[in-house]
Amino acid sequence: MSDFFLSLMGLAFWLQVVRISVPYALAALGGVTSERSGVIDLALEGKLLFGAFAAAWVADLGSSVWLGALAGAAAGVLVALLYGYLVIRLRADQIITGVAINLLAFGLTRYLLKLVYGSTSSSPPTPGFEGGLAANPLLWLLLLVVLVWPVLFYRTRFGLRLRAAGEHPEAVASVGVSVPRIRWMAVGLSGLLAGLGGAWLALDNHGFTAEMSGGRGYIALAALIMGKWRPLPAVLACLLFGFAETCQLHLQAVDVGVPNELVRSLPYLLTMVALAGFIGRSRAPAALGRPAPADGDRPWTGGGNDRPAPDAAREP
Amino acid sequence: MTRSELGREAFVLGFSLLVAMAAGSLLVLLLGESPARVYGLLLSSTWGDAYGVGQVLFKATPLVFTGLSVALAFRAGLFNIGAEGQMMLGGLAAALVGAALPVETCAWLALPLAVLAAAAAGALWGAIPGALRAFLGAHEVINTIMLNFVASALVLGLGHRVFLPETTHTALVVEGARLPSLGLAGSAANLSFVLALGAALAVWGFLSRSRRGFELRALGLSPGAAEGAGVRVRATLVAALAAAGALAGLVGCNFVLGYKHYYEEGMGRGAGFMGIAVALLGRGHPLGVVLAAVLLGTLSHGGVAINALVPKELVDVLQAVIILAVAASSAVFSHQVRRSGP
Amino acid sequence: MTASVENVLELHGVSRAFGAALANDRVDFSLERGRIHALVGENGAGKTTLMRVAYGELQADAGEIRIKGEQIRPARHSPREAIRRGVGMVHQHFMLVPPLSVVENVVLGREPLRRGLLDLDGATRGLEEVSRRFGLGVDPRARVERLSVGERQRVEILKVLWQGCDVLILDEPTAVLAPAEVRHLFGALRGMTAQGLAVVLITHKLDEVCALADQVTVMRQGRVVAELAGDAATPAEIACAMVGREVPLQVSRGPRGVPDGTEALLCVEGLRVARAEGTDAVAGVSLQIRAGEILGLAGVEGNGQRELLEALAGLRPAAAGRVLLGGRDITRLGVAGRLTAGLAHVPEDRQARGLVLDFSLAENLALGRLAEFAGPLGLRRGRLRSEAARLLAAGDVRPASPEARAGSLSGGNQQKVVMVRELTRPGLRVLLCGQPTRGVDIGAVLHIHRSLLDAAGRGLGVLLVSADLQELIALADRVLVLFRGAVAGELNGAALDDNAAPERLGGLMTGAGEGA
Repeated sequence: MSDFFLSLMGLAFWLQVVRISVPYALAALGGVTSERSGVIDLALEGKLLFGAFAAAWVADLGSSVWLGALAGAAAGVLVALLYGYLVIRLRADQIITGVAINLLAFGLTRYLLKLVYGSTSSSPPTPGFEGGLAANPLLWLLLLVVLVWPVLFYRTRFGLRLRAAGEHPEAVASVGVSVPRIRWMAVGLSGLLAGLGGAWLALDNHGFTAEMSGGRGYIALAALIMGKWRPLPAVLACLLFGFAETCQLHLQAVDVGVPNELVRSLPYLLTMVALAGFIGRSRAPAALGRPAPADGDRPWTGGGNDRPAPDAAREP
Repeated sequence: MTRSELGREAFVLGFSLLVAMAAGSLLVLLLGESPARVYGLLLSSTWGDAYGVGQVLFKATPLVFTGLSVALAFRAGLFNIGAEGQMMLGGLAAALVGAALPVETCAWLALPLAVLAAAAAGALWGAIPGALRAFLGAHEVINTIMLNFVASALVLGLGHRVFLPETTHTALVVEGARLPSLGLAGSAANLSFVLALGAALAVWGFLSRSRRGFELRALGLSPGAAEGAGVRVRATLVAALAAAGALAGLVGCNFVLGYKHYYEEGMGRGAGFMGIAVALLGRGHPLGVVLAAVLLGTLSHGGVAINALVPKELVDVLQAVIILAVAASSAVFSHQVRRSGP
Repeated sequence: MTASVENVLELHGVSRAFGAALANDRVDFSLERGRIHALVGENGAGKTTLMRVAYGELQADAGEIRIKGEQIRPARHSPREAIRRGVGMVHQHFMLVPPLSVVENVVLGREPLRRGLLDLDGATRGLEEVSRRFGLGVDPRARVERLSVGERQRVEILKVLWQGCDVLILDEPTAVLAPAEVRHLFGALRGMTAQGLAVVLITHKLDEVCALADQVTVMRQGRVVAELAGDAATPAEIACAMVGREVPLQVSRGPRGVPDGTEALLCVEGLRVARAEGTDAVAGVSLQIRAGEILGLAGVEGNGQRELLEALAGLRPAAAGRVLLGGRDITRLGVAGRLTAGLAHVPEDRQARGLVLDFSLAENLALGRLAEFAGPLGLRRGRLRSEAARLLAAGDVRPASPEARAGSLSGGNQQKVVMVRELTRPGLRVLLCGQPTRGVDIGAVLHIHRSLLDAAGRGLGVLLVSADLQELIALADRVLVLFRGAVAGELNGAALDDNAAPERLGGLMTGAGEGA
């Protein structure tokens, strides 16, 4: 046990925390973007998985890590487009569609795995990250993204409209701005980031394993809720989860007297605790999950002669 | 349900199945196989003979339970994605209780006890996210998913202690706790199917005829109005998810009490998630759930048979496509009864 | 004849349908520069639809739209286009984003940029300038969710003015304002027209129309039925045109007040209800309702009326105080307990709280009354259906069919369903009513008023919370005014019959004391 605490002091441990936190952070940033615009982002898990598969496969095909990363991002965007079409255009239920996309990812990646590599559990080794973390250009790119995101949210026109769309889409529509267009962009960005996160997973692992996302998409969702739907706090929450997972990995190897099942469940239990509000209450964007008003018409409610409801105030 | 509503629901169903078949055909073609051949094999291996029928019923039974579980929660406005974990723990509980009883226990005692254990374990696993939702406002989607992982870890961990040495399963349950087979040409179909039908009937009766069922439906459609009418919202939410958990837990009867007579790691895997497809296809109605379960059970067993031609994961893909198609087409054609999420 | 009158907004032959319902039927409308033009009629008359067409939010099916002489094709029209040409609309339901600041809300859609990023400082300066020019003061950096209703409305108007609009369309702007705030608004509007702006005022408040408007257009069932000059029209005339027949503006009642010594059915002592942020929504309210009495509760929205009503109904916990029904302490009881004890409520939001829109009318009538229909084998559906038919007929609900889906009824009929359900509850002693005639057509309004007076006549006690001062004065025996969660004052008997009653109530409502 003392070994474990000793390792906590080492640089290697903390570098591992960063390494493990990257996919969480990317998925969480994507989730924040989508949800702040009003679209629930349950499909993060599926985007991670599809991104991982695409990255492993293309990296293998092209013998290039960069191509793999690109492919991962592209796969994420494709999934986002499908999701966007279903929930923005067709206004399908966002929770069901999100869960379904995750199920699709699980089944389809296994199917494709069999198709391409003849196995349903894992691919052979594929190209991935070489060298230390500090030398990984992708990491620095991602650090840049993390720093740029708050600026995007709070200091740009797009960010203002995005935040407004997630709180009161009717207000945005009433000034002539298209809410569906904002949400498409937000969902697309989420796909890009989460797909990239999946790519990181596969490239770090040097291969694709079935269901390798392991619930990270859902945990990223919990992290963003903990971070109160704000970019930087969400990333910090991801670091917390990354820390938990790293601890779990170290403790598993060591026989510590803590039952194994508890150790394995650590990230998931932590997620539940976070959601229960023990790490601060948070308020979701007010219009989260609500379909955008159709560009143009509002449906006619009530059939007769009604006096207008003087209910003009929005109560806090 | 009015005539036009029924027509719309039927259309949604038909359309979704067509979409799924088309997607499936595409995937099959990608492998260089003939969709006609694959679908043909699917049909003949399932409804073609008594054994096939039996296997379909066997595969359909867990889906009835998980479908009812998801559907019941749905009617209360809750998303139960945790049927998978509830089912695991239910099965384990049934096996452990069934094996712990004295060997001579008669069926009148052993069976109800084992079944009760399964339901109770599932109910507990459903009550937890239910309580978190009711009292802390934590959304049940993520919590139920997390509990799936925790259940998986629990079973693995507990398993090491209770499984028979050198195996991945528990000891056999006593004679009295075994459900007889339905005798269909040696298939695994057993009395659990009848139990499942009974559960469907019970859920139907509860929802349409009972006071609590009325309150639950009101809560699912309009929590504000239900609260205003004196419904005890928090208690109902917990009870709904607990009941849903219990239904999922009963899946244990099928595999543990009716088939292998022990609990094995990985038993019934995927039935929890498939329950979502069943509930959606069955439009949240107990009768629809039964029919949808039989349909997806056909797919499931057929999947094993077609594994010679195409990976059986095709079935998982089809299931996901069905859910997407139902969600999309019901939004476009039919009436939505949903609420916002996390 | 004066020199050319400039028509800044013209609509010729505009028609617009929603499915089978024709909301606008070949409507002509024109607005002159420097004028306030009132557009009156009941909702469903089509006035909001007409203006949304003018603003480009809705597309006309037929007809011509001209802004400042230039025609716009319906297909090319949009709010963006309207704003570009100087036409702005302030909606009935505020289109503000609560967590954002005033300036962020104002610039939304037309954000000024500096080096690619938002230029909020520049925008703030511009906003303060516009604010000064038109006398609409508000703190640009404040978050909208912290503003009062009147201030939010100012932000809505500033939004339109900041974008350079000189034609304003206001949809029911005074619905939520106290009399003093209404005067302030009208002053600002007159100031604007003096500076050359033009205003369309959509309203159903006839006395305001007569006080303010230069021109009046009356609509009924999608058509223009009258065009009057503002100074010549009287409320009675306009009401007649609106409804198409002689309209009794109120329901007749007997003398106010109940005999001394009548039993007090509901006693509230020192009730305190907390708000999430820590302040009190209801800060120590005490009141009494006696048998046969209608107690009115007035106040500008947001001063605690809703919280008080919810606390009394059992929907909100009370932080302190007691509630006694017929002498029995019911403070600890939940909604179900209070219903059984004889305290029922008609909620403010009938669609979210009063009805399950997807349920049939019969099922809705059973809400909270399941015990009456329970049998050994579950709910007795046959009994429910026949009882529902009886109740629907008695409550004047149209269509009176138990199988109809509640969501398909008009607002007035939905309200009648809720009313008949609550008023016929066995063992009812006190009824709490929140805004019962909001969004309800005038025929249903009269029916509901009649029902409440009859209930009082039968010895029930009624608490009537309403934003409509006329309604309160017409129905109540006494009226309490709520301001910042406490009772600011009371008017009863003769004071209510007095013509100055609305003014005195208005004063109390804004905390200025009686007669501000």
